[in-house]
Amino acid sequence: MALYSEKVMEHFRNPRNVGVIEDADGIGEVGNAKCGDIMKMYLKIEDDIIKDVKFETFGCGSAIASSSMATELIKGKPVSEAMKLTNKAVAEALDGLPDYKMHCSVLAEEAIRSALEDYQKRTGKQIK
Amino acid sequence: MIYVDNAATTKMSKTAIHTMTAMMEDTWGNPSSLYSIGQRAKEVLEKARADVASVIGAEPREITFTSGGSEADNQAILTAALLGEKSGKKHIVSSAFEHHAVLHTLNKLEKMGYEITLLDVHENGMIIPSELEAAIREDTCLVTIMTANNEIGTIQPIRELGAICRSRKVLFHTDAVQAVGHIPLNVIEDNIDLLSASAHKFHGPKGVGFLYARKGIRLTNLIEGGAQERGKRAGTENVPGIVSMAEALKEANAGMEKNAEHLVKMRDRLIAGLKEIPHSALNGDAEHRLPGNVNFCFEGIEGESLLLLLDDKGIQASSGSACTSGSLDPSHVLLAIGRVHDVAHGSLRLSIGEDITEADVDYLIKSVKEVVEYLRGFSPIWRDLMAGKKQFIL
Ligand SMILES: Cc1ncc(COP(=O)(O)O)c(C=O)c1O
Ligand SMILES: [Zn+2]
Repeated sequence: MALYSEKVMEHFRNPRNVGVIEDADGIGEVGNAKCGDIMKMYLKIEDDIIKDVKFETFGCGSAIASSSMATELIKGKPVSEAMKLTNKAVAEALDGLPDYKMHCSVLAEEAIRSALEDYQKRTGKQIK
Repeated sequence: MIYVDNAATTKMSKTAIHTMTAMMEDTWGNPSSLYSIGQRAKEVLEKARADVASVIGAEPREITFTSGGSEADNQAILTAALLGEKSGKKHIVSSAFEHHAVLHTLNKLEKMGYEITLLDVHENGMIIPSELEAAIREDTCLVTIMTANNEIGTIQPIRELGAICRSRKVLFHTDAVQAVGHIPLNVIEDNIDLLSASAHKFHGPKGVGFLYARKGIRLTNLIEGGAQERGKRAGTENVPGIVSMAEALKEANAGMEKNAEHLVKMRDRLIAGLKEIPHSALNGDAEHRLPGNVNFCFEGIEGESLLLLLDDKGIQASSGSACTSGSLDPSHVLLAIGRVHDVAHGSLRLSIGEDITEADVDYLIKSVKEVVEYLRGFSPIWRDLMAGKKQFIL
């Protein structure tokens, strides 16, 4: 289908970092079933570095591909950098998304931010 | 490849293609011209009109050729609305799950001061005739209810609904786009005043359809211009398309009984197989259903990703999920039968064609099972459902 770029389809077909982290240091869930996309991110953080990240997604092709790409973009990175991840960066890394699918990449950004906020709340640390 | 989206469009039959190209080669004159090649085109055009009419039990002059189902719906509804207005009747009864060609036309009329009542289609996707009876008022000018629904395939008791309209002296229009060529229809026996049909749903070409309007109903033009179609639809006729449609319709009609018998068998095998998927449900009544329609909701997954993965397995289907439509809302049809958003997003429509085999059906069942299971495997909703944090709906 020409609806999506090759990159989107590749991440959709072979999503990276799928699953859960049982002893996660931060968990974020955004979206709702009403709008059709839900993303859940699990983070394992050591020394302010994202050691591991996993996701679960209920959603369309671009939601799954955006989740996958977002996890790739933050894995191994300092939390401060992950906090700055934008939906634009996710969409660009996927060689673009159709306009009406941009909200899926926004969800990916929000899911990661939400997981980092959960980490801050749990640890009392402030990510700068 | 297995194409199971025949409700969206069908592949043209060999006969329809041959007819169309033959018309283009040999009968390309303008039917309004008085020299022989024009008159030859006029002849085949009128033959097509007679053929189409005879399939639905109408008279040739009651058939107006249009650009398809949408145009026919628009013209039928506008005609009845304007006729009603002349006698001060500005109330229209329809249903919540009509095609947008009907619903959007009704929205437009509502803004022009008409009152619209949409009947409930209930959990099984069926109109209850007594509810139509109760909805008709002194000032009702039109009842428009589709013969068969394009998403969930339910077939309405058209004859009974038409009889109610007759007895209450209200015009009855039916969008029969999904029904014509697939199930028996007769405008006289079924008490129909106005009927819309579209060629590409019965192996004819796209961009051609027809409107049946019972004798005595003066159509309102949507397109002004020349005197084609008795002055009711201007524009040089699409002769190749129209003649091809007539051939496709005759063919569909001749094979209807045999096709339906095969399709029903395949449909029910498919339904039985998909029902084995836990927390799934058939959408629409199992019995009053188009021979080729299967529509399911699967809890915990989203329809677009289901479609994309099925496409990878060579299966072309459709879904009523929001993400396939570009809006945030799932199909109005699924919402109308009471499916909540959560499960409406996880819908799959498989509209099978006459050439489907038992092996195809088994491959479909196996593939859908695999993909649903795979997607549920990393769905946060499914996890919550399985962990008992959320209640299953299906
Ligand atoms: C029930 C119904 N009505 C109307 C239409 C519109 O027909 P067309 O595409 O020929 O305009 C369709 C097909 O999309 C349909 O399924
Ligand atoms: Zn989406």
